[in-house]
Amino acid sequence: MVQLRLPQNSRPLKGKTYRVKNATHIKRFRIYRYDPDTDDNPRVDTYEVDRDHCGPRVLDALIKIKNEIDPTLTFRRSCREGVCGSCAMNIGNGAGGTNTLACTTGWEDIKGDVRIYPLPHMPVVKDLVPDLTHFYAQYASIEPWIKTSSPLPSRERKQSPEERARLDGLWECVLCASCSTSCPSYWWNSDRYLGPAVLLQAYRWISDSRDEATGERLDALEDPFKLYRCHTILNCTNTCPKELNPAKAISEIKRLIAKREL
Amino acid sequence: MNNSRSMPLSPHIAIYRWPLSMTLSILHRISGVVLYSGALGLVYWLVALAEGPNAFATAGWFFHSWIGQVFLCLWSLAFFYHLLTGIRHLAWDSGWGFERRAYYFSGWLVVLGTVGLTAATWIFGWLIVGGVL
Repeated sequence: MVQLRLPQNSRPLKGKTYRVKNATHIKRFRIYRYDPDTDDNPRVDTYEVDRDHCGPRVLDALIKIKNEIDPTLTFRRSCREGVCGSCAMNIGNGAGGTNTLACTTGWEDIKGDVRIYPLPHMPVVKDLVPDLTHFYAQYASIEPWIKTSSPLPSRERKQSPEERARLDGLWECVLCASCSTSCPSYWWNSDRYLGPAVLLQAYRWISDSRDEATGERLDALEDPFKLYRCHTILNCTNTCPKELNPAKAISEIKRLIAKREL
Repeated sequence: MNNSRSMPLSPHIAIYRWPLSMTLSILHRISGVVLYSGALGLVYWLVALAEGPNAFATAGWFFHSWIGQVFLCLWSLAFFYHLLTGIRHLAWDSGWGFERRAYYFSGWLVVLGTVGLTAATWIFGWLIVGGVL
């Protein structure tokens, strides 16, 4: 359901400012904070960081803040090179932010103060950590594994280079949830709409030449909410940190269902 | 973890940077609503036509008043916008135009096309009313 205003308990308040001493060049990071151990609303804290002693990426700045300024700052991170998808968050400035990976985003490229929020329209566990339980359950619902009905071959199931190439642009998805949480349709209907990330994954299995359950998969997706809440807003493709194209994948699923009806 | 209150919802529309495609998408919907109200205006005009000369003269007065002109202007704008984005949607439904460069290009094309077609329609209309054509 469309609800433009945040619920009363979710509206961020003005937070604290952590000033830096003995620095000539300063970059300010305004970061969303929420502490589940208090009854307080979320707040936006400001951290001043010495530009001359900080790595180039937003993740470097977050780690520096956690190590040197405020150890309570909480965020997910692991690989620090754009393959694990853990550090997805909303990064931008006063003009608004976009969802991306903190580890592949340079803070030098952001004009003015850097603003960091958790992935949009998600329940917040703590600070920049959203609750992805529902997102993962939706992923599980598309049965992301090869399904076959033919007898087990004596050797591996073979795939030609052309068949393998059909998975390019799909297998690279790291399930960081940037695209799904950028989508207004997912904001208002995530209870029933699967969202771009999960639909791209669904298309990945539909496209796999070794999978034998295409019809069954299309049946499962042919639903006014699961698939057809996509209105081609294209925020998913705009925001994907891996430069994939979930909007195109969703369109391909719609076309496969349409072709099947003809 | 304190379970006495539910988890807060993270900020969304207020903090998100609007890309062109998102703006054009919501405008497509808004222009659809404007077309609905415009259709009511058309029905009023047709009913007035059926009613007789007096009613038709009143309708003519309304549509020539400044508020009527603004109404018609918005309606024509919504008409051409919805038409062009509709064609864009058809292209997408056929699998075309999903590359970033392609949908930025088609998006700006829609904006220019809407302004151009609306302006052309009004200039053409004024020339006819003015007896030039």
